[in-house]
Parts: sequence; C-alpha cells; structure tokens
Amino acid sequence: MASHYEAPIRKPLVTGDKSYHDVTIDVAAPVEGTANRQWWIVFGIALTAFLWGVGCIIYTISTGIGTWGLNKTVGWAWDITNFVWWVGIGHAGTLISAVLLLFRQKWRMAINRSAEAMTIFSVIQAGLFPIIHMGRPWLAYWVLPIPNGFGSLWVNFNSPLLWDVFAISTYLSVSLVFWWTGLLPDFAMIRDRAVRPFQKKIYALLSFGWSGRAKDWQRFEEVSLVLAGLATPLVLSVHTIVSFDFATSVIPGWHTTIFPPYFVAGAIFSGFAMVNTLLIIMRKVSNLEDYITVQHIELMNIVIMITGSIVGVAYITELFIAWYSGVEYEQYAFLNRATGPYWWAYWAMMSCNVFSPQFMWFKKLRTSIMFSFIISIVVNIGMWFERFVIIVTSLHRDYLPSSWTMFSPTFVDIGIFIGTIGFFFVLFLLYARTFPVIAQAEVKTILKSSGENYKKLRDGNE
Amino acid sequence: MAVNKTYWKNAEQLKENSPMVDQLEQKEFAEYIPVNEFLENEEALADSSTTRRDFLKYVGFSTAAATLAACEGPVIKSVPYVVQPEQIRPGIANYYATAIADGFDFGSILIKTREGRPIKVENNPDAPVLGGANARVHASVLSMYDTQRLQGPKANGEEITWNDLHLQVGAKLNALAATGKEVVLLTQTFASPTTEKIIADFTAKYPNVRHVYFDTVASADAVQAFEEAYGVRGLADYDFSKAATIVSIGADILGDWQGGGYDTGYSKSRVPHKGHGKAAMSKHFQFEANMTLSGANADIRIPATPSAQKNILAHLYGALSGKPVKGSLSQVHQARVDEAVKALKTAGSQAVVVSGIQDKGAQALVLAINELLNSEVFDTASPRLIRQENGQEVKAVLESITAGTLGGLITVGINPVFSTPESTALAEGIKQLDLSVAFSMKEDETASASQYIAAIPHYLEGWGDYEFKAGHYALAQPTIRPLFDTAQFQDVLLKWTGSDQSYYDAIRENWTAFVLEGASWNTVLHDGVFSKTFKSNTQYTSQDLSAAVASLASAQAEGMELTLYTKTGMGDGQQANNPWLQEFPDPITRITWDNYLTVAAADAAALGLKNVNVANGALNGSYAKVTVGEKTLTLPVVIQPGQAKGSVGLAFGYGERKGLQDEMQIGLNAFAFYNNAKDVQSVRVSLAEGFHEFACTQLHNTLMGRGDIVKETTLEVFNTKDKSYWNAIPVVSKNHMEEEVTSPGVDMWQNFDRSIGHHFNLSIDLNACTGCGACVIACHAENNVPVVGKEEVRKSRDMHWLRIDRYYSSDESFAGDLETKENISGISDSLTTFGRMEQASENPQVTFQPVMCQHCNHAPCETVCPVAASSHGRQGQNHMAYNRCVGTRYCANNCPYKVRRFNWFLYNKNDEFDYHMNNDLGRMVLNPDVVVRSRGVMEKCSMCIQKTQKTILDAKLEGREIKDGEFQTACSAACSNGAMTFGDVNDKESKISELIEDERMYHLLEHVGTKPNVMYQTKVRNV
Repeated sequence: MASHYEAPIRKPLVTGDKSYHDVTIDVAAPVEGTANRQWWIVFGIALTAFLWGVGCIIYTISTGIGTWGLNKTVGWAWDITNFVWWVGIGHAGTLISAVLLLFRQKWRMAINRSAEAMTIFSVIQAGLFPIIHMGRPWLAYWVLPIPNGFGSLWVNFNSPLLWDVFAISTYLSVSLVFWWTGLLPDFAMIRDRAVRPFQKKIYALLSFGWSGRAKDWQRFEEVSLVLAGLATPLVLSVHTIVSFDFATSVIPGWHTTIFPPYFVAGAIFSGFAMVNTLLIIMRKVSNLEDYITVQHIELMNIVIMITGSIVGVAYITELFIAWYSGVEYEQYAFLNRATGPYWWAYWAMMSCNVFSPQFMWFKKLRTSIMFSFIISIVVNIGMWFERFVIIVTSLHRDYLPSSWTMFSPTFVDIGIFIGTIGFFFVLFLLYARTFPVIAQAEVKTILKSSGENYKKLRDGNE
Repeated sequence: MAVNKTYWKNAEQLKENSPMVDQLEQKEFAEYIPVNEFLENEEALADSSTTRRDFLKYVGFSTAAATLAACEGPVIKSVPYVVQPEQIRPGIANYYATAIADGFDFGSILIKTREGRPIKVENNPDAPVLGGANARVHASVLSMYDTQRLQGPKANGEEITWNDLHLQVGAKLNALAATGKEVVLLTQTFASPTTEKIIADFTAKYPNVRHVYFDTVASADAVQAFEEAYGVRGLADYDFSKAATIVSIGADILGDWQGGGYDTGYSKSRVPHKGHGKAAMSKHFQFEANMTLSGANADIRIPATPSAQKNILAHLYGALSGKPVKGSLSQVHQARVDEAVKALKTAGSQAVVVSGIQDKGAQALVLAINELLNSEVFDTASPRLIRQENGQEVKAVLESITAGTLGGLITVGINPVFSTPESTALAEGIKQLDLSVAFSMKEDETASASQYIAAIPHYLEGWGDYEFKAGHYALAQPTIRPLFDTAQFQDVLLKWTGSDQSYYDAIRENWTAFVLEGASWNTVLHDGVFSKTFKSNTQYTSQDLSAAVASLASAQAEGMELTLYTKTGMGDGQQANNPWLQEFPDPITRITWDNYLTVAAADAAALGLKNVNVANGALNGSYAKVTVGEKTLTLPVVIQPGQAKGSVGLAFGYGERKGLQDEMQIGLNAFAFYNNAKDVQSVRVSLAEGFHEFACTQLHNTLMGRGDIVKETTLEVFNTKDKSYWNAIPVVSKNHMEEEVTSPGVDMWQNFDRSIGHHFNLSIDLNACTGCGACVIACHAENNVPVVGKEEVRKSRDMHWLRIDRYYSSDESFAGDLETKENISGISDSLTTFGRMEQASENPQVTFQPVMCQHCNHAPCETVCPVAASSHGRQGQNHMAYNRCVGTRYCANNCPYKVRRFNWFLYNKNDEFDYHMNNDLGRMVLNPDVVVRSRGVMEKCSMCIQKTQKTILDAKLEGREIKDGEFQTACSAACSNGAMTFGDVNDKESKISELIEDERMYHLLEHVGTKPNVMYQTKVRNV
C-alpha cells in the first residue's frame, strides 16, 4: 500500500542508519536479552502494589463494601472513578491503531503496538471495578443475558450499566483480536530467530503458524483493515456508553447531554497522555529512540493539546448550560463543584486538564521530552480528578439537603486503586520483555520511504 | 378397633384358589434370588479373595462414610407444641390490648404477637386517653428481649429462689416491724388502683412501712400546685384539639411535659380545613430556652432563658388579670407577650396557657390564668394521675438513707442511685440498711447496692390495671409467658402481706367491686380500656398569688442557665439498652447515640466552642466543662439554633451504668446535675480540650431556599389566594408553550392502566406532623431494619427506611430564605449568599418532613438496575427483590430522594454488630413476614407490602370488599397525629382519594417527573 516516495519536507519517521536487519535486531533485543536490575526493581514494586491490591480486594469481598468510604448518599466514588479512568486510558490504543490506520498516518506504526497493549491492560483494570464494586460480586454473572434457571429472570436492557457490560466486553475482545493480528508476523520473526527450542515452541504457538507467504500478507492486510473499520466506531461508542451511566440519570451534574462527546475527548486525552508516559520511558530503556522519535512525541502532544482544549470547552459549556437552564438544582450543582467543599478537586481538574496542555502551543515545550513526560502525568492526574468531580461532587449534594454529606476514602479504596496501577505495570513490564514492542513488520514497510538514511539518499540523488 | 377388610391388589385375586395368588403370597420376591446357592457354597466363598485394592476401597469408603456421618448439621431447636393452642395459628398474628406504665411512659396499646411472640406495638385507637404510642413505647417490645435483663431473683449478688427470698425478706420485715424502724417503699408512679390497694394492705400489715412515690423525671411542683388548687393529687389535663390559641412558656407540650401524649390533640387543631369560608387553625406561641419539638412546631417561637420565662409568665398574668407587675421585660419579649395576650383574648375560651416552669407559684399561676380564661382546653375535672412524686417527701427519704436513720428500703421500678445527684452516697446508704429490696428488671446501680433483687417481668409479661386519668381505666395483660424467673411486684407484695391471692385475682376482685359497674370483664380485657362517667369533686380554690407573681417577676439568672430535658428517643433512660432507641435520630439535632450540651451560637462563639465537619462529613463538637455546684462534667457541645442566649440544655438518660451493654454506655449522666429534682440549674461553662465525634444522620441543616421541597404558606395567603399562587405545579417549556410537568403531553413514558385493582398512595400532612418519630421506630420494628451502631451512623450509613428530615431556616423564616435566594444576582453574590444559607439562623423556623421511598410511578431507580432487582408493582409500589440484587448501588445514586439503604456489611449474626440481631433472644422480635437482608443488597421502604397483601387476602377469604382505612403501613398506623394517611386511590370514596385532590397536595420534587405515590400536604403557618 505504501509507495516508496515521501515528500522531502516530511521528517523521517525512523532515524539513524537503519537497515531491515537493524530493525529486527532492535525490536528483538529486549525479548532475546535478559532483564536488567532496573527492570527487576520496577517489576518488584509493581508486583508488590498488585499484591497489596489483591489483598484489599479479598478483604472487600470477604467483609463487605463497607470497608470502603462510601455512604448512603455517595454510593460510588473511587470504584467508578477508577473504572472510568482506566477505560478512558484504554482509548488511545484503538484510536492510534484503527483510526490512524484508516487515515494512513504512518507515524502510528512505531507506537501502535504498545498503545494497544496499554489499551488491553487498562481495560482489564477497568473491568475489575464493575465487578468488585458490587455488593455481591459472586453473582456478577447475573448481569449477562445468559439462559438461567431462575425462572423468567432476565437482565434489564434499560440499564446503562448493562450497556457498559456489552461495550466493555466488545471493546476488549475487538482490541485483543486486532492487537494479536498485528502481532502475528512479529511473533513469527522472533520464532524464526529463537535458538532455544522452548522459546521457539512458544512463539510458534503465538504466531499461529505464520509463514510469511504472500497470501499471509494479503490476508493480514485485509483483516487489519476490516478490524480497523470495526474498531473505529468502538472508539466513539465505548466512552459514549460509559458516559450514559451518568447522562441518563436524574442527578444534577450527571444528567447532561454533553457527556458523550466530552467523555470521548477526555478519554483520548488521557489515553494519549498515558501512551506518552509509557513510551518516553520505554524508548529510553529499550533503546528505541530511533523509532519513537521526538516527532512522535510532538504529534502526541498536539493531540493532547487539542483534546485538552475540547475538554476545556466542554467544562465551560457545562457551566454555561447550568446557568442558562435556569434550573436551580443544576445551577447549584455546578456552583458547588467549583466552590463547594470539593473545590480543590475541581480546580485540580481544571488546572491539570485545561491549563496544562496549553503549554503545548510552544514548539520548544512540546518537543521537550522531560516536559512532555511531566505533562503526561499531570494530565492523567487531572483526568482522574475529572471523574472524581463528576461522580462525588454531584452525588454528595444533590436534591434534598438533608442527605448531603461528604466522602473520604479508606485505605482499602486507595489500596485497590494502587493495586490496579501495580497490576497494569506488571502486565506492561512482562509485555515489554516478551512481546515485540514495535510493529517491526509495519515499520519495515515504511523504512524505505520514511527512513532517515533512505530519505537522505533519495534527496541526494535528486 | 380391628379392621378385617381385604384390599384387592390385582384382578387375579378375584378367582378363588388361584395358584398364582398362593404362589405369590408365599414368596417375598417375584423372582428367585439365589442367595442360598451363594452363601452355602463354602468352597466358592473360601476361594473368593478380596484384593488389596478392594480392601483399600472398602476402608476408604467406610472411613469417608463414618466421617460424614459424624459431621453434625446445624441443629436448630424448635420444639413443636404438644397441644396446639387454640388461638395460635402459624402465620397469623394475634393482637392483644394491654397497657404500658413504666413510671415515665403511660398508655394503652395493642400488641401484635406472632407464633406466641410479641413483635410489635400498635396504637390502641379505642383508647380515649393516651392511646397513641410514642417512639419509646413502640420500641419497648425490644426491651423485653434484652439480654441484660435479670433472669431470676438474687440475694447479695447470689442467685436465690423466690421461696427463700420471701422467707428471708419476710423475716427481716417482721424483725423491723418489731423494732418499729421505718421502712420506705419507694416506687414509681403506678396510676394503678389495685396496686394502690395492695400497697395499702401491705402498709396496714406493716405499719412501719411508708409508701413514697418517686418519679425519675418529676413534675412535683405542678402536682403540688394542682393539689393545692383543686384538692386532688394529679395534673391538669389539656385537650389541645379545642385550642385556638396556645401559649406555652417552657412547656414542651409535644414532648414529655407532664407525661406527654398531647400531640394527638394538638395536631387536630393544626390542620386548616377549608369547609365553607375561611380555614382556621390554632396559633401557637412558644417561649422556651432549648429548642424542643413544641418550639419547632410553634407558629411563633421566642427564645427565652428559664428566668426570662418566669418574668414572661408573671407579665402575661399581669396583662390578663389587669394587675400591674413589677419589673420589665426585654423589648422583644414585651412585644411578643403583647401579641400573645391579644391572641389569647381573641380566642376567648379556646385559649390556653401552659408552662413547664418547675416552680409551684408558676404552676399555680398557670392554673389561675386558665381559670381566668375559662379555657375549654383545660380539664381539671378529670386530672391525670401519672405523676405523683412529692418533692419534699422524696428529699426527706433520700436524706434519711444517706444519714442512716432509715431501717429498710424497698424500691420498685426505679433506680435512684443512678437518677439522683446523691448517687454514690445513696448507694453507700442503701448498703448500710437493715433491709433493702430492689424490684428491678436490670441489675442496675440501686439493685446492686440492695441486699435483695426481686427480678420483675417486662410489662408485656404481666398483668396490670391503670387509671391514667380520673375515670379512664386501662387493663394490661400478659402477651407471653415470662421469659425468665420473674415475679410481679404486686404478686410478691400480696405474698408478703400474707394473702394467697394473685395480682390477677386482686385486679378482678377490685374491678368487679369498684370499677366495672356491671360491664363485662372480658369485653374490657379485649378492648384494654374502660371509661366511666365520672363525677368530679374538684373545685377551684382561688389563692393569693401576689407573692408568686412578685417572685416570678423578679427572677434573675445567675450566670448561665441549664435546662435539663428528656429526649424523644431516650426519655428517662430506662430503655437505654434498646438499640432501636439509641440509633433513633433525635428529631431536633438528628444526632444518634449521644447526649450533649446544646449551646446558642452566640455563646459558643464567646466561649470558643465549635462544631466542625470532618473529611467524611461527620460532625465533631468541642468539649465543654460544665459545672453545677461542686460537680463538673466534660460534655460534647452541639451548637443549637434557637437556643436562648445565656442558656444551655442537656438530656437525661445517658451515661455509663450497670445493666447496659458496652455499646450503649454512651454519653454522660445528666442526673448528676438534677439537684432538688429541678430541671433548671445555674451552670458555669468553659471550653475543654479536644473534640467529640458525633453520629449525626443529617449533616446539612438548612433548606438552601429550596421551597419546592417543603412547600409552605401562611394561613392568610392560604385563605385569600388561589392555589396556583401558593402551591403551583412546576411547568416546563414544550414548543415554547409552558406545560405543567404532570400533564401527559410532557411525559415520555408509556403508561399502563392504573385504574384496575388497588393503587396505593400515602399522604403526609406537614401541618399535622410534629416530628415525634413514632413512625421511625414503628418502621424499624415492622421491617426488621438493622441497627448499625454509632461508628457506622457516623459514616452516614444509617439504615432507617423512614427518616424525618428537619430543616432550619437560614433567614428568620423559610419565606425569607426563598426571598434571599430569588434576589441573588450575579456569580459573586450567589457564592456569598449560598455560603451564608448553609448556616441556620439564630432563631430559625423549623420544619419536619418524613421521607421514605416515594414509590415513583416513573422510578429512576428501576431503569438503571442491570438485573431488574428494582421493579414496579401493579399496585403502585416500587419493589425491591433482595434475592436478585447484586449490589451495584446505581439505584441509590439515581434516587433523587436518597431513600435507598445499602447493606454495607452483614448486620445480623455478626459479632461486629452486636445488637439484637446477633443473639437468639433479640432475634425473637423479628417480623417473620419480612425477610432479613444479607450483606451487599440494597433495601428500602416497601410500603409495607406484607401488610397490604395481608389485608387483601383477609378480605378475599372473607369474600368482602376492603373498607377504607383497612390498608395501613407501619408508619401510618403508628401516626396518632393523623399526619399519615394510607389507602387505595382507586377507591374513590377513600380518604386518600380526597387528599390527592386537596389544594395543599404536592409531590416531592415534582419537576423531576418521577410521579411519586407519596404525596405531601403543604404546611400552613399561622403567622
């Protein structure tokens, strides 16, 4: 599909004097090499956090949701905040691999593998919360429309929570298939290079018998395109449906028609920030600076800046509509958000999500790796606060002042959240050492058109 | 009886001598089984061998089988009746009429029993007096199943048999009689004619025994004043339903003032009915120091310290009698007194003045004023007999105990060691006596200081006869066999007197002779009450009151004044081990599990006392050192809007004591300050270190100008303006046309036909509701609502299905709040104004609003449940299928009324929640018709579907239509004030159908479009 010509004004996507073989070596290096001390340290921390979270989850399930800080007025807090946060983070992967594929954005090739891995791992974290936040999680399968022996009982298709179940599970399965499809030629590459029989066996299994024939490639391209077509609506639908949890309710601050686009923009925003966080570290640790270049980071920063601004407009629109509606409950809900007892959460959200991405207007800042890294963390903190603000500050003061109260988390709330971060990094670190973290087969397709040395060569000839 | 019938097994048998039949009869098995061939062939048996593997299999199986057989399944002991009692049918409730008279609460009630267990208290609607049970009486059924109760008599801490106790006490009594040393029989007020007779017989036999009444919380001055004015020991009774103007000076007429129970009549006068012409309702002035239920319900409430109250009473008397009074009132008070006097004069004989000032002169003055007004409300012909203490007499007895001059003491139903300030000195004194016997349900302070403890039964286990009000009698009957080895005081006394009668026999004899006048005993026992025409012998003797007036007019405060009061939930504290009552939110402060010092905001600021909300919203209060005379207590502080400046308040009934589970050892004992049994004491208050953690169920006190939550108007507006002015239905814009939110045009739901079958609605009249909380406890009892304890309530996890929201105005009135909110302009103004509106006014208007599940026809909770555990019923109820609930809590989040309650933990059979649901005794109170919820499920008001279904089934069995009023919920049945009406709106003749059309009717948060089946009636204030 790719022609071998690219305009000289476009910056090279692969820097350094790379041949096809160099790409193979670079991508296979982390898989074939052994882990260093730093990896083990980070992995150890992540594993500890994960196990701590597991402990907290076991405590919750064995004792009751009362171990959390929730109360009669605030029925959801960190649980659903974390759920929406992780789902949101999961958005970048599909956007990068599917939407950018359809738009033929070749710069995605260096980052789509890890972005999708991140998607899958974060959707796994997200999926945990709807289950463990239930009072009786051992009955979680009741939310599935499966034939049962309970008589005529069936799920309630009116409930946005049920739509969530479908949206998240569809998203997870499509993303997984898409990711794995892309992985097939790369697994085959590692299989072919493997010297130890066990390793060869494992990668042979993982690569589903990829043979590299032209027919394989043709089918690969077709499946990728079809899956990209399927996944693209999901980018919009998943967070739209998550936003329905709130938008279809009657609670001031939740009952807002702007939520679907606002949530999608926010999700992409936080997802790209998380991709930035991960890749800035990974390119350094795994020596992939030639593939994940400053240009990649700059492009990501631009997306962050745009989606951040969309989110900012959405925040302001909400305030405007609350005032314009003339409904006193709406007006108070938003006044309370900004100036009530949780004002600090609101302004944390505002400064992290709306103000901080505005620095990306400056080329110097958006091409600074350190600055990008800091902003990517700040954005994710902000996006966590956004969900907290929506959920907790709307609930804690709704209609009847007699029920107004506050929420404060317990160590279990915090432990489970940290546990999911640990779990996420455990998965990601294992992935970084066992999976080809760059879609090398795809990168090779653009090496001759967008590789630095080839570009120079061509420019010299002209 | 032998039966020689032959049963046919098959057609072959019809033939005679059929060989087949013979053959079959000979053989057990139809086919030959070669058992003998196998067993007799010894060779084959010897040859057969068991392999090692088979052997192991047999060993394995038999070990496993033996292990399994040894496992013991849970054994639930349920002993069936040997002889089925005639009246107890499983699944069918029996009701008995009985009466409570615990020395503090008196009343006629009905008891619901299931399978022989009393499980619920209901009002006795046939009772002409005191037929409406308050929160404590509703909860009293649980006090019977109290694990801390005495299980039998004791002597010097050791268990003893009743016979030995009778012998030993009898011997001591005789010895004391021989020496002539005085023995005091110190008892609660019984208001029981037969008990008085039994005591009289006892004192006749032992002339050295003197009977003295002791009321834990006394009205001695009022009794004394009444006796002096009318010649009878008792209390004037009041029928507030006849009142047009009520002026109360420090009398909590909706609380426990003079025995309580006045709210039923009061509420009747408070509901404005537009018959023809103008609606009328009573006008209520309340001068008081603490914020009480009466003050909260009053039209005009004027904060006044106890000494100011005395001045006010004197001046009121002066203005009414035309006699000049020395001294002057503050400007505010003078203006209000003038206003009250004017209203009293306008009301003529429908006016009444009441006072709670504990001063004989003041009480005499009140009697004189009401005589002067010729008040119809005022009833002296038939006085109340439920408070009898003579302050001087009791004081003398207590002094003689501490001085060691008394020979013996028998206490009945009281705990003076706990409930008097003499406390330890008294206990020491009792220990020195020759004889001390305590008739008590608990091993309390007095009982443990006494030599003998005679364990008495709970009132539901014994007989009783009462005359609460002259001419009005009540009977109490046992509703269950005594759970423990207890004996009623009256039975014991009869024995000691030498009579072989039982209390029951004595009652029957006494009643047949003196009370019944030919009426049937069985009918009276069935009804529980009996009234007879009563010839009054009371005659007002006018007195010289000038000294009293002068003393009242010159009353002055020394420092701060403390008013001791009884809480709606705790009363005198004898039911402190009752978890329902501990968790009952105080109607005013909405604090559970505590007592505290109530302080005015201005005083708190001056003393540096603070109330703060911590991160999870919970309330904390500063500690204050409070000193009365020599005694100092460190008490937590609640800043109470409406508290008169210069006064503080503190509730009785709390504090560490014996016979109380650890969890209930809460608060501090206010009786330490109850010097001379006067409820007003002069105190010094200063700031102390640290903060106290409260468990408060309502953390936000003001209405924030949200006038559509509690709609209210004034009587004038109500009488002159159209409904659309004061109770407009909210509108919504549709195609630029304003349409009412209730119209079908703006409804996006498909409606089903609700006109078929029953459709239940509940109406709550905000004018009639006094906030007394009887419904809260009734709901708790009916629906097996769990008690979660102080820590959980503090985390805003109270489980009450029915709560009574209490709002303070942040302006002087709610109308003012509304105006303030309307006048907000601009963002900065709204910031500051809403901030200010979070604070209650110094003397706010108060409003109560009972809120339970609103059973919305368009319920937001139903659409969001992923498993359809919350679904709508055909009869209007919003159902909750506990078994289906997976606990996502989405429904609770989406409930605009926040009435859904989640089981955060397992609240039954869990040692972490060691309340009645964690022991076999306490679980006996559970209603078998309502499931006990497990952890992780949502629960909420069911509109008592178990009760409505029962009514429907009963009518069906009897083949009749259901009469209006038959349908009841626990709350509507408990409401003796007529604030709650429940019924079927498809019955066009019903009261509820009338109420749904009432001008005052509105739905809570109508604009949300939830179409609730609970409605409210707009509050009308007579200001």
